[in-house]
Amino acid sequence: MGSITLKNVTKSFGDVEVIPLINIEISDGEFVVFVGPSGCGKSTLLRIIAGLEDASSGVVEINNQDATKLPPADRSLAMVFQSYALYPHMSVRKNIAFPLKMAKMDKAEQDKRIESAAEVLNLTDYLERRPGQLSGGQRQRVAIGRAIVREPSAFLFDEPLSNLDAALRVEMRLEISELHKKLATTMIYVTHDQIEAMTMADKIVVLKAGVIEQVGSPMEVYSQPNNKFVAGFIGSPKMNFLEGSEADKYNAHTIGVRPEHISISSTKGQLLGIVGVVEHLGSDTYLHVSCENSKEQMIVRADANNDFKYGDTIHLTLDVKNIHRFNNQGHCIYETP
Amino acid sequence: MRAISNNRKALNTAIALTLGLLMSFPILWILILSFKSELDAIGNPLQVLLSGWTLDSFSVVQGRSDYLKHFSNSVIISLGSTFLGLLVAIPSAWAMAFVPGKQTKNILMWMLSTKMLPPVGVLIPIYLLFRDFDLLDTRIGLVIILTLINLPIIIWMLYSYFKEIPGEILEASRMDGAGFMQEIVYVLTPMAIPGIASTLILNIILSWNEAFWTINLTAAKAAPLTAFIASYSSPEGLFYAKLSAASIMAIAPILIMGWFSQKQLVRGLTFGAVK
Repeated sequence: MGSITLKNVTKSFGDVEVIPLINIEISDGEFVVFVGPSGCGKSTLLRIIAGLEDASSGVVEINNQDATKLPPADRSLAMVFQSYALYPHMSVRKNIAFPLKMAKMDKAEQDKRIESAAEVLNLTDYLERRPGQLSGGQRQRVAIGRAIVREPSAFLFDEPLSNLDAALRVEMRLEISELHKKLATTMIYVTHDQIEAMTMADKIVVLKAGVIEQVGSPMEVYSQPNNKFVAGFIGSPKMNFLEGSEADKYNAHTIGVRPEHISISSTKGQLLGIVGVVEHLGSDTYLHVSCENSKEQMIVRADANNDFKYGDTIHLTLDVKNIHRFNNQGHCIYETP
Repeated sequence: MRAISNNRKALNTAIALTLGLLMSFPILWILILSFKSELDAIGNPLQVLLSGWTLDSFSVVQGRSDYLKHFSNSVIISLGSTFLGLLVAIPSAWAMAFVPGKQTKNILMWMLSTKMLPPVGVLIPIYLLFRDFDLLDTRIGLVIILTLINLPIIIWMLYSYFKEIPGEILEASRMDGAGFMQEIVYVLTPMAIPGIASTLILNIILSWNEAFWTINLTAAKAAPLTAFIASYSSPEGLFYAKLSAASIMAIAPILIMGWFSQKQLVRGLTFGAVK
């Protein structure tokens, strides 16, 4: 059991309103990712769920019971922090045992759970070490181990991978996803990295300035963004936006098109552009194209084996079926032109 | 290049040695005088250095006043005031560091401001209070007054140490099911032990050497070693050798303790600025 509901939750720090008003429902077993730029209130939201911050108003329900006034210890949630927050004066074994000790579990059961968590997380050889003697990835595993042993009704992750290097981040991302499949426990994961959100989530909650911009599955959020902010934030490289005459043709204030929905030709097309930087990623190549219709350089995906180079003149054609139209407020226009 | 840097190193060493000698000279001179006869001690410096060595002053001092009684008073007063102070200061510093309110900074400043007042300014009221509460010349009275005198320093030091402990670790313990007392006992205190230890040592030294209140509020029964030294200064005229012997006997224990706890002490003196 691990359903979590926020009803009309608001949060202010003094005069600063961080979360104007939020309603979210998270059902049991879901992997929900809160994503947004830094300062959007996503960590505050997680801390309100954890009980580390009090909501200024509104109700937090865990397993359909009002938990608004419950202290963190009584919420049956486990949290993994960005800084790992391991106890530096305890061995790995004692770190993992700490929540069990607090729950006054008997020693034999404690040992059994620690051993099995250590096995899952490849920590068996490190149980007697102190956190200071471990690498970043191992520390992160200990933090996860400490969270899983007590079998909470939900896990909270606060940007857990941002202190790791790129390769390790990909590895841990997979491990966390696998863990979710194995445990089938609710997980709420906060990140500013939209790739983490896309790859791990069952449900993405896109936040900006404490307001939910969109909730949906990764592919929904990617292919049917509600507004220009979501369209620009989700997806890498980001969506290209065009205004003016090109947008007028589609009866919109702004149109957006993703790099993979533009075709390139050296002879004919809708838009004329000059190739700037060419980025080869191996499987794909991204061209940064200066175009008179766009204020910023457009990013276009090309075949890996193209031979466009800096300074070439090229013609671009937008894929009409995959154009996103936005009105002057940045909202998506759904009806056909 | 190498020659220059070696010269400079030698120069630096020479300067450091000279400064060190200058600073410790009074103590060294007292040490030398304490092993001289009263007559040699008032001679010119050369005479002092060349004259014979003797333990007479120490035996006279020990014979005339009970060193052990003063010593035990010093121990009780400095340890007592330090532990009492820590007992009050640990929860206060915890509250200020981890659940600060709007006035926390002001309270900290206000506490420190009490150290800016010259103690003599409150001597008469304190003396009268001590008289009325029958605390004059009692060890418990001195423990109380020294606790109060040093409390701002203890709280400030602990506060700055606690500030270094990442709040996330305490939050993690709360998520792991620890209640308030468990958080303090299992997580905060073990992590703060180095800070608490250096606060403890520094405060013992401060109390041990505190002379204004200990001399003014005691007579015979509760007098610690500071009063023991003072008793050899004025009334007898210039008995340098005995005065020096008394001083050495008074500062030796704390000097030895300081020597063995150097590492903690340096941390304490830098007030938590160094990690």
